[in-house]
This record gives sequence, C-alpha cells and structure tokens, in this order.
Amino acid sequence: MSNELKFVKVTVDGKEIQGVEGMTILAAAKMAGVEIPTLCYLAGISNIGSCRICVVEVEGQDGLAAACNTPVFDGMVIRTRSPRVIAARRENLRTILASHRSECTTCKRSGTCALQKLSNDFNLEEPDFDGPCAFEEWDPNFPLQRDASKCIRCMRCVAECAKVQHCQVWEMSGPAANRGIRVTGNEPIGSAKCALCGQCITHCPTGALTARDDTQKVLDALADPDTITVIQVAPAVRTAWGEQIGLTREQATPGRMAQAMRELGFDYVFDTDFAADLTIMEEASEFIEWVKEGKPRPMFTSCCPGWVRFAKLHYPQFVEQLSTSKSPHQMMGAVVKNTMRAEAEAAGKKVFCLSIMPCVAKKYECDVPQLATEAGRDVDAVITTREFDRMLRMYGIDVAALPEGKFDDPLGLSTGAATIFGRTGGVMEAALRTAANFLTGENPPFTVCDTTAATPDRPWVDKEIEVAGLHLRIAIASGLENTAKLLDALESGQAAYDFVEIMACPGGCVGGGGQPIVFNQEMHAERAKVLNKLDGADTLRYSHENPDIKKLYDEWVGKPLSETAEEWLHTHQKDWDI
Amino acid sequence: MARLSIAPRSADFKKFGTFLSDYQRRIEATPPGMCPVALQLDLLRAGGCQTCGKCTPCREGIPQLEALVQEVLDFDADSQTLKDMRKLATVIRDSADCAIGYHAADMFLQGMDTFADEYESHVAEGSCQEGVEQTIPCVTQCPAHVDIPGYIALAGNGDYAGAVNMIRKDNPFPTMCALVCEHPCEEVCRRQLIDAPVNIRGIKRFAVDMAPADTVAVPKRLPDTGKRIAVVGGGPSGLTCAYYLALMGHSVTVFEGRKQLGGMTRYGIPAYRFPRELLDRDIRAVLSVGNIEVKLNTWMHKEDEERICSEYDAVYVAVGAQIGKTLRLEGSDAQGVMSAVELLGRIGDDDYPDFTGKKVAIIGGGNVAMDCCRTAVRLGAEEVTCVYRRRIEDMTALPAEIESAMQEGVEMMTLQAPDSIEVDESGHCAALITQPQMIGAVKGGRPAPVKANKPKQRVEADIVLIAVGQDIMSLRVGMPAKSRKLYEADDSLKAVGFDNVFVGGDCQTGPATVIRAIAAGKVAAYNIDEFLGFDHRIDFGIDAPAAEANDRTPKGRCEIAERPARQRKHDFEGVEEPMSAEEAMQECGRCLRCDHYGCGAMEEGWIQYV
Repeated sequence: MSNELKFVKVTVDGKEIQGVEGMTILAAAKMAGVEIPTLCYLAGISNIGSCRICVVEVEGQDGLAAACNTPVFDGMVIRTRSPRVIAARRENLRTILASHRSECTTCKRSGTCALQKLSNDFNLEEPDFDGPCAFEEWDPNFPLQRDASKCIRCMRCVAECAKVQHCQVWEMSGPAANRGIRVTGNEPIGSAKCALCGQCITHCPTGALTARDDTQKVLDALADPDTITVIQVAPAVRTAWGEQIGLTREQATPGRMAQAMRELGFDYVFDTDFAADLTIMEEASEFIEWVKEGKPRPMFTSCCPGWVRFAKLHYPQFVEQLSTSKSPHQMMGAVVKNTMRAEAEAAGKKVFCLSIMPCVAKKYECDVPQLATEAGRDVDAVITTREFDRMLRMYGIDVAALPEGKFDDPLGLSTGAATIFGRTGGVMEAALRTAANFLTGENPPFTVCDTTAATPDRPWVDKEIEVAGLHLRIAIASGLENTAKLLDALESGQAAYDFVEIMACPGGCVGGGGQPIVFNQEMHAERAKVLNKLDGADTLRYSHENPDIKKLYDEWVGKPLSETAEEWLHTHQKDWDI
Repeated sequence: MARLSIAPRSADFKKFGTFLSDYQRRIEATPPGMCPVALQLDLLRAGGCQTCGKCTPCREGIPQLEALVQEVLDFDADSQTLKDMRKLATVIRDSADCAIGYHAADMFLQGMDTFADEYESHVAEGSCQEGVEQTIPCVTQCPAHVDIPGYIALAGNGDYAGAVNMIRKDNPFPTMCALVCEHPCEEVCRRQLIDAPVNIRGIKRFAVDMAPADTVAVPKRLPDTGKRIAVVGGGPSGLTCAYYLALMGHSVTVFEGRKQLGGMTRYGIPAYRFPRELLDRDIRAVLSVGNIEVKLNTWMHKEDEERICSEYDAVYVAVGAQIGKTLRLEGSDAQGVMSAVELLGRIGDDDYPDFTGKKVAIIGGGNVAMDCCRTAVRLGAEEVTCVYRRRIEDMTALPAEIESAMQEGVEMMTLQAPDSIEVDESGHCAALITQPQMIGAVKGGRPAPVKANKPKQRVEADIVLIAVGQDIMSLRVGMPAKSRKLYEADDSLKAVGFDNVFVGGDCQTGPATVIRAIAAGKVAAYNIDEFLGFDHRIDFGIDAPAAEANDRTPKGRCEIAERPARQRKHDFEGVEEPMSAEEAMQECGRCLRCDHYGCGAMEEGWIQYV
C-alpha cells in the first residue's frame, strides 16, 4: 500500500476545503474554521464515539455521523449546524444529564466541567433530580476520589489510564444499561495498582474523579494559635497557579505567588525550589558514588512519588535502583521540622508543614510512615494547585493587585536548576550541572546538560556525555506508558543507561494531576516554557552555588551523604507502605 | 350494527406481521457477550407485556419478578433476593392459568439454573462474570476470530488480495473456508436486524476466485529460531499450526499417513463440494512459507511418537477423527456395507467406485450423510435413499445440503430407524430393514424419536453406507483420552500428562467443523511459540479500510447458486455458481462494519487473540 497523501475536497457548512484522505470530519471542520463540540473524544487517545455530541449531518446518509471518528471522503458535504444536528446534540446532552448528579454549587469542577459548559451552551433545562444516578462506596481517605453519580461513562479515564499511564485501573463493566466505569476486577481502589498520577482526574470531563480535598486540615492549622505554619510550593506550581484565577502569565510571577501565600496567614513561606537544590546536592553525590562503586545501572531519580508507586506496584525489580534521596518537599519538611524543633518546643508550639504541589501522589507520599524523622512527619498536608487557587478565592485575595513578595530566608533562596525540576528532564539537567562540577571542579556549559528536547511524545529521549573521563548514558521519560516501554527495554537489554529520570505525568510536574484543568488541552509544553525562562533569567543556575544550601550544610548537615543527610534526606523506597 | 363482522377484533393486529418478524430477527441477532441476566429480564418483560391481565400470578407476579431481576442487574440484590425470585417464579409457574404466565416463569426458572454462576456473580461480586462483554459479533462467533468486517471492506474496495491477506492473519485456508465453512459468523450477523445476515461466505468465495490464494504472497518468515516442531496430521489443523510456526521462524515437519495433504477436507469432503485444485491452492500457499517439511505416507506408531516427542522441541498432534462409527446391526458385516469414511476416503485419492445400476441406502442425517448421498448419485446409483430416524428438520446437515441432495433425486426416508441388514446367499447385502418411529418428547433440546406402532419396512439396497459419526483412530500415543475417545488437553491445547505435546482439532473435540480445526491449529501454534520461550508477532501488513456509513435500506441477501441439479448430478465438478461481481459488491455494501460502529470502536470490542 502506498503512503502517498491523497487530497479530498470536503464542504463544511458551505465552505469548501481541501483535506487529506483519512482525516476525520472533526479535523476537516477545524480546517474550515468550524469548531464542533466534543465530550468523550480524547485527541490521539480515544475516539470511540460514545457521547454522540460531535454528531454532524453528512449529505446522502441516513444517520448522523460522529465527527471524531468518521473519516472524510472526496466530495463529502457536511453540515455541523443544521437544526437536526443541534437537536441531536441537545437531546443527547439532556439524556447524559439525566443520570449525572448535577450539584454544581459544591462541585470541585464547577467552572472547569465540560458537561456544565456544554449544558449551559446548549441552554438545557434543569435536569430531573430524581434521575437514576449510580452510587458507589469509596475509601474517603484515598488520595484519588471517585463519585460514580457524576460519571457520564465517556471512558476517557479508561483510555488515559490504560494507554498513556499503563495502569489499567479503570474498566467498563456491568450488564446492559448498567454498564459503567469500575475499578478493574471490582477491586477496592487501594489494591488496584494505581500510581496516583491523577491523569484520570485532569482528563475527566466532570467532577466524577477528583483529588481528596485536604483544605480543612490547612484551615485548622491556620486557626490554631499554638501552631507555627510553614508553607512551601513546588517548582511547577509557579507556572500554573495563575491560570484560573484571572492572572496572565506575566502577572503570575513567583514573587506574587509568595506574597499570596503570605496573605493566607502562613508564618513562614518557603520554596520547594530550595529543597530541589538540596536534592541535587544529595542525588548528584549519590550518582557519583554509584558510578565509582560500580553499582547496577541505571540509577533512577526518585523525586516523583507517582513513579515510585508505579515502580513498586508494576516493576518491583527496579526499586533497589531508585535514588534514596527523598523528594524535594519531603527534604524541605525534614529540614524545617529538624531545624525549628528546639525553638518551637521551647515556645510550646507545633510546626505544621504544608506543601502546595501539582500532584496527587504527594498526598500519599507525605503519609508514608517510613519517611518520618525524629522530628516527626516531614510534611503534614499536601494540597494541589487547584486547592491552593480555591483558598486564594476563599480568602478573597486580589492577587493581581499584590506586590512582588519574597520567600523567607533561609529556605527560600533557590537556583534556576531547581526551577526546571517542574518539567520533564529538569531533574536530570540540574543533576548533570552539579555532578559535572563535583567531578571536575568546574561548571559545565549549559548546553552540555541541556534536556529541553525531552518530551512525552516519544517513549524516551537519551543523551551521552563525557565528564572527567567518564562516559555517561542518560535517559529521560515522562508518562507511565513511556516509562513502561523504557523499563521493558532496559530489562531486555535493548537499552542500557547510567542515569534515568522518570516523571509519572506526561511532560513532568507541569502536566501534573494536581494542576489546574483545561478541558482538552495538554498544558505541559506551554508551562515548561515558563520554567525554562525563569531558569534562563536566574543569576544562580547551579544548585551547588546556592549560598543558603552551603550554609545548611555548614551549620546542620555537614556534607552530602553524611549521617545527618542520610537520616533527614534519604529513605529506602522498598520499605514504603503502599 | 351488523350482527356479525369479518373485520378483525383489533384493527392493528393484522399489522403485527412485519413487526413480529423484526422482533424475531432481533432476538436471533442477540449479540454475543450480552449479560444473561439482562437477557432473562428481556424475556420476562416480553411475557409480562403479553399477559391478558386476568390472573393474579401473571398480572401481578411477572412485574414483581421483573423488579427483582432489575435489582440483580443493578447489583443491589443479595442471596435472599435470589430465593425470593425463585419462590415467586415457582408460584407463577405452578398457578398461572395459561401458558403465557406459566411458560414465562418456567423459562425464567430454567434460566436461573442455567445461568446460576452469573446470578451468583451479580449478587456476591457485584459484577458480571469474566467474559460477559460485547464484542464484534461475527469476529467473536468465528472460532478463528477472523477479521471479517476488515476483509469484507477490502473486497468491497476491490482489493481481493488484501482480503485474502486479512483472512490469513487468522486462518491460512481462505479458499477452504470460502467453500466449506459452516459460517457460524453469519448466525450472529447484526445485519439481520435490518434484513438478513450478510452472505459472508459468498463474499469470501468471490474474493478467493478473484485472487487465488496461491497467487497472494504470504508474509516473510521471521529469522530462524533453530527450534524444530513435529506436526502429526496434515489436515487443516496440523497445516494451520505448521503455517504460523513456520512464519515465526521455527522449522516444522508434518507427518501425514495418507498419500496427500488436506485431511478430511480431501478425504472426507467430495470434490463436487470442494474441488481438489482449489484445496491445492491453499496448501501451496501454506507450504510457500518455507521451512515446512512434509512426510507423506508416514503413519505414526506408538514407538515413532515417543521418538518424535524427544527428537523435536514440541509436537502438535492433530490426527483427526477418521474411523467411521459402526452400528450394531444384524448383517452389518455383509459385503456392500461400508462406512461413509471409507467411501469418501477412497474418492479422496480419485479412486471412484462404480455404483451404476445399484440401489444405495445411506444411514444418517448429518452433512457426511448428505455427502454420501450426493456422491452415490454421481457414482451412477439407480436409487439413493437416505434413512434417518428423526424428521428432516431434526437433521444436523445444513438445510441447503439436504435440499440439494433432494434436488439430485435422493429420497429422504425419515422416521425410520435401521433395524437389520438383509443378506443374500452370497453374503452380499440385499436390503435395509427399518423400524418406523414417531417423534416424541423433547430431550436435551431435541425431539426424540420413539418406536412407532407400524410394521417394519424393507428398503432394497445393494450398498449400505453408514454415516453416523466418526471416532479418532486409536490411542496409540498413550495419551489420556476423555471417555476413551478423545485426546485430553487444557484450554491452551497442551496435552494432559505430556511435557511438550499439544493436541487439537477433531481428535481433541470430536468431529467438528473445518474452522474449529483451523482455530485449534492457530491456538496451538501461538502457545507452542510461547512454550518455547518466544513471543513472536507476525506482521501481515494489512489494515481494514475506513468504514463507510451504514446502508440502512433493507435489501435481500444474494445467495450462492448451484448448477442445475440435472447437470451437476452426473459429475464431480464443483457445484457452486459463485455470486457475480455486482452481487458480491451489494453484499459487501450490506456489512454494518461492527468493527467501527458500536463496541468495535473500542479495544474492548475486539477478541484480544494474538
């Protein structure tokens, strides 16, 4: 068969365009400047045509065709706005609404719900509140929450989890009209091998899938006069936090974000970026030790708890090869709790450590008992970027009007190397910058360490580097299906690397499961650009040059991999409870 | 107002007709994988809607029973619900006044027993049993799970070689199945909702006529693995296994006892149904993969089989079921009495006996019996009588085969059980004596014949052919066999009690269809590959074309015709007159592309097979 492109003439709403054979009506309409509404369609991942919202009229055909999965043919005449089409879309929406528990007032997805927007756009009447909604028992403590009564059975989560994230947590099962989404094998969610990446949440069109809401824990801490409240914020949050609170990218600066956190009433506003620099000090040292001691390669990064869970649940044979360095926010928690302990105890106060994360898995991670130190658990609560944004709205903070603030010293200063932790390849790039310095005593050029080619559109990207006579092979993967491919290649010997960075979410934390949700838009690439820009503009771009990091080692930890470092900053993932 | 009227009582009743046939076809098109509890609710509702409303159990009971079944469907029921359902249904069955009520309840109770595991799963697990999930009907029902919508679409585009390739992904015998497949795919074809099943076999026949199988290149063999596999039996199952194993890079030796390859498709199916040159096309294509060594005239003995088990890395046993079952009739050892297998086996090697002027009686009502009847006609018999102890509608032969035999002058003597064979003084059979039967109560889903109070009959016969089934050859291999007749294997076709032996086809299932034997050969090939530590994937380089919109206009189904009976009955040339291009295209256009529309759009809608 030939791979030649065959051009076809297609008329969309009276406008003739030249399309390519094999393209869908949806794509052809886009070429003609016509937007067709979709609901279940997940570009490149699922086009099963179940919702029937994207239906259009094709001249000469009896029924309406689904635009998402019907290919065009030469001479096709398509009507996307005929009365029959509009009536079909409205009626299908109405039937979907009838079994969807529409309680938008308290729904976490109000404002970002695709069903809410479509229902409103199509001017639907108020749904029947006695509609047959499904209810299902769910463990309220699990970081991933499901409300079956809001599920519209579009199967996007099934496709996203199986095809992009390799976990197959969800399946369609049950008889006839009762067919619906359930945890595969009807398992309780806790034993369903879920990595907690949260991609099903960000790809759910409604509020059926959400992250456990931990806002109340934060409100309680802020209300307690005997609690010292400490907040830290992950690198990837600074590129997404402003999206849905009315800020432009220019307005949503890290400084304004720090100020907003202060306005919420926290006693200390720290930056997880500082801890990312600390992570690099530890992880780069650890890697050099691995190479020198000839330990089994590759060494894997471990700052993504979704990846750690995935490894433990799906590829346990690789767990011993994870870096023992804790993830940055856990390091920060350990440092805060241990360094402030004496002072707090003297004042008769507790320390409450909160992390704002683009992540769902970190809600799990902060509860892992094996991570605690003598000073107690590292982090007391994790809230997502979405919960943070909601708190800002709850407090009525006019963020656009806030002045540029600052993170508190000494745990607020960071380098550009830490900022790029938020995108795929960033941890690797930061680690290379510092590892090369540790090995040669000189800073390497930025281009040598550059990983901006990393993308979830390919299973993984790799690179070979010569440093101090060492030939290092590195690889970077994001997204768990990509990860599985890389791990399979490593296992079969088709690939061999020394150091591998894995991020569970496609594109890394910028595309995290705790980030603001924009229906049908993958935001990671746009958000990564912001982080790269911040890195490029930073005066400090090597973690080992962060003066406060030096101070921390001098005053508290000694040196990387010291006894104190091992106690505060390292863990054995194999022992983690799942 | 007149005293009497010829008008129907209900003005609408006479309009029911077409709706009832639609209803009937909808039931026939029940999709495979549907939840049995949902099916039961469906049937119950039909009963509930048919009630006249007079009697309590039917009027009140059936809707209440429906509500309970709905709870089971909703996974809201517990074991008490099941008990309540059974109690209520029993009362309806026992106390409803007419069949509308008691039969609905009776059918429901039978279903509760038949589908007990499914009910249990709903109640205890809160889910359907594994495998209760709809998939593409024709692909699912085909034992080899051939991508039927895919090859129909290719044929519809005029890409006949592509269609052959698409079939070969799952079945290396496209020609064979184009001629003799019993096409279970058509039974569930969704098209029958609209009019009638697509003539799937007819389309395939057209494609293989346009693109002869031996002119369509097979995929390139994968690199040599160095593994050697013995296949015992050169029939469809053995050759299918050999084909896929060879494509995966293994080297295969096929041991065949007879003079030629093809098994029962050569030695059991007469040439007028499956012309030998068409069979040879498929065989040539299979062998063209390379690395398949064929050893003909090599019957395996116990010691040989022990030897090959140790000499080869794996063995696939597919020796078929080739021994004609006998009947214990007085006189059955007379000259002129032979088994169907014996006759059809002889003509497989072109050894045609002469029946000129002879009177021939055939005992049996299956497809093999029809093959014998029609063969006897062609061998010049003066009179051919098919003797069967049930009725024509109870025959297991395809209706088309029975009709063709009758057109060719075969007399169907039904409700006659063979009693004895009359032998003349020279030891030759003279007549078949039969005991008339009457049809009686249904047993195991089929009405059983009982002895009728009528005198015995005498059917004059120079030749008596016994076509009442086949057994496997013998148990030389020493393999455990179920009920001492069939070889035993697990679901992966690994022979029970052996380390490296797989077994499949008729010798494992009992006499069955060609497509089931092919399916077994494929299953064995992929499992042998895995057993040897590989996970080969073969690229057949073919995809289904994009689906066009459904043609929703009801149309008749184009059929394959046969040459006029008065001509065809004199020779062994192929009897079929395939569809014209126009007819074949119309049939392709009726396909509803269930691989794209409905559940076929989801991965879950496909049988995840290889």
